[in-house]
Amino acid sequence: MQQYSGFGLLKHSLSHHENWQQTWRNPTPKKQYDVIIIGGGGHGLATAYYLAKEFGITNVAVIEKGYLGGGNTARNTTIVRSGYLWDESSLLYEHSLKMWEGLSQELNYNVMFSQRGVLNLGHTLGDMRDMQRRVNANRLNGIDCEMLDLQQVKELVPHLNCSDNARYPVMGASWQGRAGVARHDAVAWGYARGADARGVDLIQQTEVLDLIIEDGTIIGVKTDRHGDIKANRVGCVVAGNSSVLAKKAGFDLPIESHPLQALVSEPIKPILDTVVMSNHVHGYISQSDKGDLVIGAGIDGYIGYGQRGSYPTIEHTVQAIMELFPIFSRVRMNRQWGGVVDTCPDACPIISKTPIKNLFFNCGWGTGGFKATPGSGHVFASSLATGEMHKLAKPFSMFRFHNGALIDEHGAAGVAH
Amino acid sequence: MFHIYCPHCAEYREEEEFHASGQAHIARPKDPDTCTDKEWGEYLFFRKNPRGLHRELWIHTAGCRKFFNIVRNTQTYEVKDVYKVGQKSSCDPVPNLKQPVGAVL
Repeated sequence: MQQYSGFGLLKHSLSHHENWQQTWRNPTPKKQYDVIIIGGGGHGLATAYYLAKEFGITNVAVIEKGYLGGGNTARNTTIVRSGYLWDESSLLYEHSLKMWEGLSQELNYNVMFSQRGVLNLGHTLGDMRDMQRRVNANRLNGIDCEMLDLQQVKELVPHLNCSDNARYPVMGASWQGRAGVARHDAVAWGYARGADARGVDLIQQTEVLDLIIEDGTIIGVKTDRHGDIKANRVGCVVAGNSSVLAKKAGFDLPIESHPLQALVSEPIKPILDTVVMSNHVHGYISQSDKGDLVIGAGIDGYIGYGQRGSYPTIEHTVQAIMELFPIFSRVRMNRQWGGVVDTCPDACPIISKTPIKNLFFNCGWGTGGFKATPGSGHVFASSLATGEMHKLAKPFSMFRFHNGALIDEHGAAGVAH
Repeated sequence: MFHIYCPHCAEYREEEEFHASGQAHIARPKDPDTCTDKEWGEYLFFRKNPRGLHRELWIHTAGCRKFFNIVRNTQTYEVKDVYKVGQKSSCDPVPNLKQPVGAVL
């Protein structure tokens, strides 16, 4: 693999940048793999990368229906944080956040991880108590998180409407300084490049039509362009389409797929150097390096695979942002898009064995999977390599919905949905 | 934005007036005390999540506040049928679904 560096940039400038190596190959799949990963998004590519790098399994294929990182990886609002309430989830997300911190060096690919901090606003006494509880829980797990009073919030985000005249006046906030944003595409591409360099086959434009199962054990997948491909183990990382694939394997998942949308404004001069989230008025906002305001909010209440969101949700989102930042009232919105998120009843992911032997699922990340990309890939790779779930992944079994060991993160985690 | 016909108001109204309450026709186990954990868990949490036609329970929250059922395509968002609770759907069984919605109907 060609190493990227400042010197390399200089060297290639002498030949008019015409001799850069291809970032990854476009191979024809073999007939047999040790591991097939269905879904070439961030999580799937991270899984492939860690399988090859940490666990020495390089006979791996990633099968992607469209193009790499073209689903929710390309559609999210790129927020990375680990301030979740319960031990199980905060440990998993913290594992991920620690990996984010060295990811650009690890991948030799600039993922532009910017630890600009995430602010969760409280507008009611109930909000403030919940946040205090979550901050305390985080600190017990060794995660940096603190409560800010109104004055501190004002100093941090001068343009935030902190007046008493607001409909829902801001009372304070919780703050995680190590949290931030990253460049979503770069994460997928960096992992893809690293995996490819270690021998992983990235098979794009190929849809998995069916899973080949014999005697309760998966032995391969049926694809549209390359016929049957055999595999010892199959990992399914297909987000919104998880239920559809689980159905093919003959079981149900406790997942519902909802449209989640985001929007960006026209680029403006730097005005917001942190991420501001509010559960109560229900919106979140940050500013990208390009200058766009990146805005997101809630899911549509109904099941939808349309990869587009409804207009009432956009309206509510923009109302929330206007409540927080009246200064943005004249900013024009540039683009709006939607993705299909797989939401679980307890708002926590499923990283699990399934009723089918050697078939593993990693799904149900709902509205907040991007932040978990490195950690999710790492624990899933470990599980696929050993056949036993990684200790951080164990609590996220799909069978928790049978035995009642739910991890009830809804709302409590400062998740804006 | 799509329009939904409320069978109680007998009018098309905007989607915003309604609230989706999830899958329709979920039968509560006849004898919960004898349910296994698996059966009870599936009743509580496991839902059909089809890409295609889906039977759903909706409520006209900003209107008559009554519940009713719809058959909707989750890919195109086209509403195929609307019927009151207790009535029979005119598209029955749901076409294009591998398995019929079955016993719980």
